[in-house]
Formats: sequence, C-alpha cells, structure tokens
Amino acid sequence: MKEDFYMGQFLQQIFNSISIGSIYALIALGYTMVYGIIRLINFAHASVYMLGAYIGYFAMTYFGLGFVPSILLAMLICMIVGVLIEKIAYKPLRNAARIAVLITAIGVSMFIEYGMMFLVKANVRSYPPMSGFLAKSFSVGAMTITAQQILILAVTIILMVVLQIVVKTTRTGKAMRAVSQDREAAELMGIDVNSTISFTFAIGSALAGAAGVLVGVYYNSINPLMGMLPGLKAFVAAVFGGIGLIPGAVLGGYFIGAVEVFVAGYGNSMYRDAVVFAILILVLILKPAGLLGKSGREKV
Amino acid sequence: MKKYLSVLLVLVLMTAALAGCSNAPSQPAASGDDAEEIKIGINYELSGGVATYGQANLEGIELAVEQINAAGGINGKKITLVTYDNKSDHAEATTLANRMMTQDGVLAAIGPATSGAFKATIPVAEKNQIPVVSGSATADDVTVDAQGLKEYAFRICFSDSYQGTAMADFALNTLNAKKAVIIMDSSSDYGKGLAKNFKEQFEKNGGTVVAEEAYVAKDTEFNAILTKVKGAEFDVIFIPGYYEEAGLIIKQARAQGIDAPVLGADGFDSPVLLELAGAEALNDVYFSNHYSSLDQDPLVLKFIEDFKAKYDKEPDAFNALGYDAMNFVADAVARAEKLDGTSIKDALASTENFAGVTGSFSIDENHNPVKSIVVIGLKNGVQDTISRTGE
Amino acid sequence: MKYIFALLVFAIGQLLVVTGYLNDYLFSTLTTLCINIILAVSLNLITGFTGQFSLGHAGFMSIGGYVCALISMRIPTVPGFLLGVLTGALAAAFVGFIVGLPTLRLKGDYLAIATLGMAEIIRIIFLNLKITNGAAGLNGIPQFVDWMWLSLFTFSSIILISNFIRSAHGRACVSIREDEIAAESIGIHATKYKVTAFVIGAFFAGIAGGLYASYFYFLRPTLFGFSRSIDILVIVVLGGIGSLSGSVIAAILLALISTYLQAFPELRMVFYAVALVVIMIVRPQGLMGSKELSLDLLKGFGRKRQRGGS
Repeated sequence: MKEDFYMGQFLQQIFNSISIGSIYALIALGYTMVYGIIRLINFAHASVYMLGAYIGYFAMTYFGLGFVPSILLAMLICMIVGVLIEKIAYKPLRNAARIAVLITAIGVSMFIEYGMMFLVKANVRSYPPMSGFLAKSFSVGAMTITAQQILILAVTIILMVVLQIVVKTTRTGKAMRAVSQDREAAELMGIDVNSTISFTFAIGSALAGAAGVLVGVYYNSINPLMGMLPGLKAFVAAVFGGIGLIPGAVLGGYFIGAVEVFVAGYGNSMYRDAVVFAILILVLILKPAGLLGKSGREKV
Repeated sequence: MKKYLSVLLVLVLMTAALAGCSNAPSQPAASGDDAEEIKIGINYELSGGVATYGQANLEGIELAVEQINAAGGINGKKITLVTYDNKSDHAEATTLANRMMTQDGVLAAIGPATSGAFKATIPVAEKNQIPVVSGSATADDVTVDAQGLKEYAFRICFSDSYQGTAMADFALNTLNAKKAVIIMDSSSDYGKGLAKNFKEQFEKNGGTVVAEEAYVAKDTEFNAILTKVKGAEFDVIFIPGYYEEAGLIIKQARAQGIDAPVLGADGFDSPVLLELAGAEALNDVYFSNHYSSLDQDPLVLKFIEDFKAKYDKEPDAFNALGYDAMNFVADAVARAEKLDGTSIKDALASTENFAGVTGSFSIDENHNPVKSIVVIGLKNGVQDTISRTGE
Repeated sequence: MKYIFALLVFAIGQLLVVTGYLNDYLFSTLTTLCINIILAVSLNLITGFTGQFSLGHAGFMSIGGYVCALISMRIPTVPGFLLGVLTGALAAAFVGFIVGLPTLRLKGDYLAIATLGMAEIIRIIFLNLKITNGAAGLNGIPQFVDWMWLSLFTFSSIILISNFIRSAHGRACVSIREDEIAAESIGIHATKYKVTAFVIGAFFAGIAGGLYASYFYFLRPTLFGFSRSIDILVIVVLGGIGSLSGSVIAAILLALISTYLQAFPELRMVFYAVALVVIMIVRPQGLMGSKELSLDLLKGFGRKRQRGGS
C-alpha cells in the first residue's frame, strides 16, 4: 500500500514537472535558435513571453475571445514584436562588440517590462476562469490531472512538431541552419541573411507568446515582471541541453522543470531556484557546450 | 592629480545641485500651533503586490477626513493629507517617511499597511519624533522588539500572535482539527510570525503540525509542494500569507483534490483572492479579520451606510481600519497639549475606550490595542459566517 | 593638493549639514549617490578596465551589507561599525575570489550569465539563512554613516581604484581587455589579473554595502537583485566603460534624474532602458569614452573650439 502511495506521489510530481517543463522548453527554443544564429543571449525574449500573457489576458477579458483565437493572436503579435526588436536594436549592432549587444538586449527587455508596468500597473491580473473542458480534472488512481495540464502538453507538442517540420523541410529552415553554421558562407551561397534572422526571431517569439498564454491559463496570475525568473531558467535549460541546438532546448526545458519540481517536492522548495542557477554555473564551467553539444576549441 | 581636482569639483557641484534642485527645503513647522492646517502624512502601498490593502485603507481614511473636516476640523483646524505611494517596497517606504517628516512637515503619519514596510519607517519616526500609526501592521515585533518599546510606533489592529493563536483555537475547537499543514510565506515578517504563533498554540493544545512548507512572494507554482503535502494525513491547511499567493495555492490545492478546510489570517481579505482562486475553490475557507460587514453593531451599520454613499460599494476590513486609524489620530490630535509630534505621541499612548468600527479598544503599554477578532467563513467565494472571539 | 581639495569638499558638505540646509531627506539622496559612485567605480574596474562583463555586482554589495550589519548590530559603536564595514568588504572580496577563480575562464555572454547566476544564488542563500532573518531581513541596524564617513569612504574608493588602474597591474588589466591572447603571449598571466580586478571590485562593492546598511536602517534580500546590478551597469555604461570620472558624472546625472522621476519609478526604469539601448547604438563609449575628466581636457575644449571642432 505504501509503495503505491509513494509511487503515486512520484508520478504526480512527474506530471507537475511536465507542465512547467513544457513552458520552459517553449521559451528555451527561442533563446537557443537566436543564439544559434547570431550568438546573442536575447534578454528581451522573456519580456516577449510576458507580452504574450498580457495579450491573451486582454483578448479574453476585454474582447471575449476564446482560448484558441487568443493564443493565435498572442503568437502573431509577439512574432511582430520580436522581428521589430531585432530590426531596431540588434541589427545596427551586428558587428559590434559582444558586450554592447548584450547590454542592448538588457535595455530592450527592461524597456518592455517597465513600460508594461507603467501602462498596466504592477498588480497581478488574473485570467478569466476557464469553462467547459478546460475546467475539468481527471483522477487516475491517486493522481489528479487537470485538463489544463493536458492542454499545455498538447499545445507544446503541436508547436514543436510544426517547428521541426519548418526547420527540417522548408527552405527557410535550411537557411536558418546554414546561417547558424557559417554566416559568411551562407551569404556567399545567396541566402538572404537578414530575412533568415528575422524569421528566426519571429518563430522564437511566437513560441514565447504561446508559452505566455499557456501560463496565464494554467497559473491564472500574470504581472509585468513575470518573465524575469522563468526567462533565466529557460536560458539555463537551453545551455544545459546545448545552446544552439533545438533538441537541446527541449531536453533542457523538461530537465529543468523536473529539477525544480523534485527539489520542491522532495527537498526544500526555497532552494529550488538556487539549484537551477548552480546547474548553470556547473554546466558553464564543466561543459559549456551542454549535454548535446560538441566541445570546440577557441581558435586564435 | 588633475583628475582628482575635477572629480572633487564635480562632487562639490553635485552637492550644490542637489541642494538646489529640490524644492526649497522647508523646515517643518517648529510648532504646528501656528499652522492653519493639520498635516497628516499617508504612506501606503497604493500599487504593487499588496496594493489592495493600501488603497482600501486610503478610502477609509479619506471618508474619515471628509467627515471630520465637514464637522469643522480638529479644534477648528482642517486636516490636510500628504499622500504617497510606497509601491509595496520597503526602501521606498523609508524614503517617503523621511520626506514626509523632514520636508513636508507632517505632524503624524498613517501607514504603511504591511508589517515589513511599517517597520522600515519606524527608525525615521523615532529620529524625527513624529508618531506613525498603522491600521494593519500585525507582526508582533512592530511596536516592541528585542530593543524595547518603539516610542513613536502605534497600531490599532491586533497582533499576529493574537491572530495565529485565535486561528489555532478555531481549528482545534470549532473545526475539531487534530492535524494541520502549514504553507507559509517565508518572505514576510507577517507570514513567519503567524506560522510560529499558530504552531505554538496548536501544538500546546494537543494538535500536531504534520508538515510545514514555504514559498516566497510572487511564486505561482505550488503544485509540487501541494503534491508533497497531499500525501500526509491532515485536517486543515493554514496559509499565513497574502492574497496574491494564497489565492493561487487554494486554487491549485482544490484542483488537486485537496478538500480540507483552509485557514488564513487577515492577509486573505481582498477581492483579488476571489479573482485568483475562483468562487468554486473558496469553500470551507476561514480567515481571521478585523471586521466584517455582516456585523450588526450600530456604529458599524452607520459606517457601512456612509461608506456606501461615498464609494458605492460595501466596505471591507481595510477600509474600516483606515477609517478607524484616521479617527484615532484625529482624536489624539484633539487631545494633544501642543501640535507637535511628541505631544501627539503622548495623546495616542493614552487613548482609552476608543469606539471604532473594528471594535472598541484602549491602547496598552505596548502601544497595541486590546480588541476582539472576527473569524469569517467563505462559501462559494462570499462571506457566509462570522464568529467573534476575544475580549 | 588632492587632499586639500578633498578636505574642501568635505568642509562644504559639513557646513551644509550643520546649518540644516542639507536636511535628512536630501542627505539620504546624497548617501545613495555616493554609494552608487563606489559601486560604479568598482564595477568599472571589473567590466570597463579589465573587460570582464559582470552582472552580479549586487551580490557582493549584499555580502558587505549583511556582514557589516550583523557585526554592527552586535557591537553598536563606531569601532564596531568600522570593523563591520571592513569585514564585510573582506568577506565580499573572499567570495569574489572563490567565484572568480572558476568562472573567469568564461568569456563575454557566458561570463555575464554566470555572474548573474552567482548573484542570484547569493541572494537566495541570504533569503534562507536564519541569521540574516530570511526575507524579513535585518531591521534596526544602527546608523553610523554621516557626511564624514560617507565622504571618507567615497574618496578613498575613487583614489585607491584610480591608483590601481594607473599602476602596472592596472595596465596589465587593460591589456587583457584589449586582447587577452596577445597579453598572455607577452607573459601577463590573464587569470591572475582578472581575478585580482574581480576581487578588488568585490571589496569595494562590499564597502558600499556596509555603508548602505549603516545608513538605511534595514536590509532585505530584495534590495540586491538583478535590478540593482542593472542600475550600476547603466551608470558605468553611461559614463563610459573605462572612465572613472565618467562613472562619477554619470552617477550624479542619474541621481538627479531619479530624484525628478521619483514619483514614477517605472518611467525611471524605462528611461534607463532607453538610455542603454540608445547609448549602445549611437555612442557605445558613453559620455567620457575612456578619457578622464581633467583640466587639460577642459582647456582642450577651448582650443578645439577655436580650431573649429574635433
């Protein structure tokens, strides 16, 4: 009996971690794709995620849109915002020192977060309660699974499948991979580097926007600074899995989600975030290329 | 060396610039007796994580000021409020207290609403000898701490040891609970103090706390903790914390099938709790509070009437506390020998049998009121039952 | 000569305080300014002069602050306060050493993120330790900072860091910033100098932390998060990476702006954000570039005007 109980708990924690892991994976994908293509840690990515959550909120609360139209709207607007950020803030610095671009990225993220805070105030907003299917929960033995958890997993899988198709089969996808490998060579081969980069930002931002809406629906509470911590953790996930590698981001996302849940569930939840950052530092020191990455040597 | 010259030159300029750029520094009126008006400083959380407390307090205060000024003011002088928003940030609360007392020349200050922020203003109050009154700072060590009594700090609400104890008694006696789980906000004095007091009382009287978990403000993911807790056998869950997180915890707990009664304290009192948790989850939820609009006392009924007339809604506990805080201060100012901080402080300390809408009370030697507690039960998100305890 | 000027500024300040012209509220603004100057100058050493992008400066500040507070709360006298500030700074330097040794191998973005992670870990540790009272923080820290101590620590920090930079060690650091591999190849042990700069920067951040604790009465872990590290970074970037006087001037400018925007903290952060982006795109060397403010420069302006612009 007791083994059943512990097993039940363990499985429930696994299920808890799948939801949060999916969110991290979606956000991590954006980080990893952008890093892969222009070697930039896009600090502003986390704020795009937050924007997605707010767009979903406004869509549902003030325009009465349902879940699917809201998430699509959020993805669309975030896509545009992502491309704009790249064009306005990053493109002029494409050949500048790394520190400069990084500082700019920090500036953009602060601009969006605090601009939002100025507009909508720092108080949390809550998503309108879900009705119908999305409000159900199911009991499986000792576990309780909510329809929303299933939704997060389903949406994440769908988006990732779409991403895989785009990257592996379309021309733009191939162009993305080419530019990641060697920008100059790609240019010489006639690839339009600028639009490829824009495209990368567009996809990454769309995924972040979707994650924002999912979080809004699942956790119900959004605020303008909600992106900071999840953004950092998603970045850790991307680094852990192997920065620049799409499967790495997915793997990393679920791994970090599991670490968080299990540290909270079996250890001390107050140290949850510290463990994630410790993992970051360890990975950076021991194997910066990440789990799936190949270590390279720096050439003079 | 020339560089130093310039750096230092710049520093001199800076001093001058700073001194000049602010409004001409005004000395606080040495004696308020000459002033035409009575300036009261308001330092509240009007935005940020606990904004609803501050906003609600302010509404109550403004109603009280309106009524006092309409009746002629205090000894003929009208009250002017100098209002600031500390944005639920402690450092900001200190800075604003400094500004109110040294720059604006207030005679007394009301707020902040939360214990942590209130504590951050007390050293400023002591230094400037201006009393500060909080309507809702409930942490035990607000008025008296390891270093003794805080001469210039007052509160008109009960303390957490009182609340925590009352909720423990409620759990044991009314709900017949033997085992409890505590999920506390460890990022605030409020949460930690309440948890400690609840646990002490609960265990002293035969109960057992079977699990203790913690979270910090702004957390949203509680499923892991709740799953862990679900495994234990317990009768009640006690959540000492504020509404932004408590609402989510209750929602996630109910979603996981945890049906046990949920207990809380005055931090639950906010419309946002309902927004976040949803009406369905807010069943079998009980929390201690300062006031309930279900109360039938005539003073309360009149207050509800006046409040509804001005704001077109029912008042909640924080409205009531703000109202009482302002009246409390006004009463002391009227009795004070002179219009300065020290005399007002003395008058506050000697308040007896003040009739407030949150109960009548006298101020004891620790600058705390002696008053009763209301425990409110929620059904489908609305207040359903109340019970009063304490003298 | 320089000491006479320091004394002069100190005397003027003291006069302003004593006559009450500089009341408590203004003095608290001045204190914040001086603390920011110390933080900016020390971060500039690490990031500007040695080229190591550190986003975790607030972490060192918090160590200095907490250690100082814990000591001065137990020994509430002036010697206790001084002991506290010094011990806090040394503790921060020590942590800087421990953290710096393994992480300073990383470059650019990775180093930035690693330092950010390190600062977060420090913050979470303080959030959970019993002795620091967790999230409620420390209250009632005795206030010892007055204009004398404030100016003493501020000037010493500027002068000491400036001396380091102009020494052979400092030049080694700058060479590492310019081209690490080339520097290594002429015998400059990169890691040694990077760690040295990091440790010194951490030391002064610790002093700033101790001063903060000993003026503002209380400490909470939330005071030392990412936003504070960013606040300091903005000052350094605005003033000019590689210019100490730039940091001082930028700190003053931003203090003025902050005071005006006090009622709108979000706008202040938005302004900082826009400033960061615009500076990076339009004038990445900041206000002063890598030049220092000096009489020669001012004289130079006059001459350049005559010649018709730079």
